[in-house]
Amino acid sequence: MSVDPATVKKIARLARLRVDEAELPALAEEVNGILHFVEQLQAVDVTGVEPLTSVVHVALPRRQDVVTDGGDAEAVLANAPNRIESFFTVPKVVE
Amino acid sequence: MTSELNRLTLAAAKEGLAAREFSAVELTKALVEAMDAGRVLNAYVTETPEAALAQAAEADARIAKGEARPLEGLPIGVKDLFCTKGVLTTAASHILDGFKPTYESTVTANLWRDGAVMLGKLNMDEFAMGGSNETSYYGPVVNPWRRTGDNRPLVPGGSSGGSAAAVAADLCLAATGTDTGGSIRQPAAFTGIVGIKPTYGRCSRFGIVAFASSLDQAGPMTKTVRDAALLLQSMAGHDPKDSTSVPTPVPDYSAGLTGDLRGRKIGVPKEYRVDGMPAEIEKWWAQGMEWLRDAGAEIVDVSLPHTKYALPAYYIVAPAEASSNLARYDGVRFGLRVPGKDLTEMYENTRGEGFGKEVRRRILIGTYVLSAGYYDAYYTRAQKLRRLISNDFEKAFGTVDAILAPATPSAAFASGEVADPIAMYLNDVFTVTANLAGLPAMSVPAGLSAEGLPLGLQVIGKAFDEPMVLNVGYALERAANFTTKPETWWRA
Repeated sequence: MSVDPATVKKIARLARLRVDEAELPALAEEVNGILHFVEQLQAVDVTGVEPLTSVVHVALPRRQDVVTDGGDAEAVLANAPNRIESFFTVPKVVE
Repeated sequence: MTSELNRLTLAAAKEGLAAREFSAVELTKALVEAMDAGRVLNAYVTETPEAALAQAAEADARIAKGEARPLEGLPIGVKDLFCTKGVLTTAASHILDGFKPTYESTVTANLWRDGAVMLGKLNMDEFAMGGSNETSYYGPVVNPWRRTGDNRPLVPGGSSGGSAAAVAADLCLAATGTDTGGSIRQPAAFTGIVGIKPTYGRCSRFGIVAFASSLDQAGPMTKTVRDAALLLQSMAGHDPKDSTSVPTPVPDYSAGLTGDLRGRKIGVPKEYRVDGMPAEIEKWWAQGMEWLRDAGAEIVDVSLPHTKYALPAYYIVAPAEASSNLARYDGVRFGLRVPGKDLTEMYENTRGEGFGKEVRRRILIGTYVLSAGYYDAYYTRAQKLRRLISNDFEKAFGTVDAILAPATPSAAFASGEVADPIAMYLNDVFTVTANLAGLPAMSVPAGLSAEGLPLGLQVIGKAFDEPMVLNVGYALERAANFTTKPETWWRA
């Protein structure tokens, strides 16, 4: 499998990354280099192999469904690039 | 005497403080002076000397009252991937400009609870993605080591390159690192120090900037194996804030350091003899086997047949998880914001400008392999390979107590010498398997290459058998007696 510059543009859009048009061919080449490198996995017979999603052999811990944290808007907003009162601000999203 | 305090090990400094040979303030001042003098190495992103001296003064007060904690007054550096309350935390990325966390990572909180003194935050590859520390927004770190008769700057390895360089150059007594595919062990090997990646789940990931959540693990980077045991003792432990943190009691890591391996079996995996491996890597590996035999161990051949698939599996799993984790950097809640005409353009501008080339490359790969129609072909298949790699280790550990392997396929290289991303990825060929299987693994210095650069040996253990890994490492360390230090050319 390989990607062309148009596909890279599409992936970049999905990842919300601005990429200059001029960079697309070189990026496609880099991505293809990596895809080619991982291609060797296709050679392995993985029939009946259970995917390993976690190396931790314990059940996911449970806790009571109660509030244990929060209520500190100042701390949450302390690093906001832009805020108004207790809100993060973003460019206008509705007309 | 005080001018040399920065060269002490953690254990020696702890003894010196207890015996009142010097104060914690004197010790910290020596480190602050070393940090100043070593600035050309670019090991620190942020220095916090005033806070360090205040912590040291508090340590002296406690020592005077006979209330010293396990790491009382010991000055260390922290990789800039750990959130530190009120102190700039950047992950060496432009996108975290100005980010001062309002909370502390659990691992660093444990260190301060035990009395350690923070000197500052250490440089690294951006978001821990890299093997040479050349992807940092804050510029590359310089390895204190140089090739014999050659003054060209070398890389310290990565991603914990600032941690490795700072420990090797005595700009801190020890440091924290993180290891996703070899980011503690490879730089440790490149700089002649000790580094251990604990079992996945042993140290809390809470408050560590996430790269690949199923692989990331924090660990100590130190001058000796004993120091690694001492620091890990404080770093490790269960944390309810990390659901993958394991509630297994933390054993006494220092107690088992005897170097006695009688009755122990050490496995040597034949698949780690890779094509084109330099003769001196083989030579030190064979020497390591000899040292362990001398310590009483029996060397046994083992097979890890899926080893060659570890790197390609890693380069699917890690970017996939990274692309997901890094979705949070959107210019809204913290860090850099680059304006745009609408919300989407603001996201794209912020992320386009805020991420460096390697990070961008991995986000693109990760987004692609997780996208509709490709998920099973890439991500699910990589997870199946991960199972096979893990099974290989399980089988081997049915007969052996630990595995001995090289740490890296080469010594440190020059800045700019490895430009191809795939060639850079190959650096992790011996280290990445332990991350995929979640196992503890340590790099210990073995000796010098023909060019006069340190080379490391790696010990891989069973899950939660850090005591065995540390003891095998201790046996290697005692036999290697690696006491060579880089010349302090940066002080000239």
